[in-house]
Amino acid sequence: MAARTLTELLEAAFPGDEVSVEDRTGGGDHFQVTVASARFDDLSLVEQHRLVYDALATPLADGTIHELRIKTKGTT
Amino acid sequence: MTELHSQIREIIETEDVALFMKGTPQFVMCGNSHRALEALRRAGAPVTAVDILPDPRIREELSALSGWPTIPQVFVRGELVGGADIVEELEANGELEQTLRAKLGDEYRGAGEERVVAVA
Repeated sequence: MAARTLTELLEAAFPGDEVSVEDRTGGGDHFQVTVASARFDDLSLVEQHRLVYDALATPLADGTIHELRIKTKGTT
Repeated sequence: MTELHSQIREIIETEDVALFMKGTPQFVMCGNSHRALEALRRAGAPVTAVDILPDPRIREELSALSGWPTIPQVFVRGELVGGADIVEELEANGELEQTLRAKLGDEYRGAGEERVVAVA
């Protein structure tokens, strides 16, 4: 799983928002993702991370993401 | 409803601070579990740890209950606080301590020893 695939999934789920994906080890399975979106405004961190997990449900479920770090930011 | 499901639910609902992790506090098997544990320790949380590694069904049942796909998972009195990233962020900005104080009382730091419980 390349970082590119994760980026595409996140961009599809958060159109027009700021998305970045870093492959932390270069091995294609440890990722740091950062998403800044107005959709996070007024949501708890748990709810914000749930939206990111929803976007990445497939690579999470099939085991291609071995480790995921998430940073979410609202716009306010 | 399986016995395992009931056991996990009971831990979530009855323990002050439940940490579902890979390994134990004495022998942590995953970087993210380590990050969550250390953040909880810095906040003085009375951690009850559950190792999810002995049986894959533990993780399946846990994620089915919580709707959270990754490990670790931290609960305070039945409420999902989050995984490693959230717990670290809340510890750093002081909100974790506020939550613990609000849910467990001002004297929570002395409330209990770190311990491990086994399921399945």
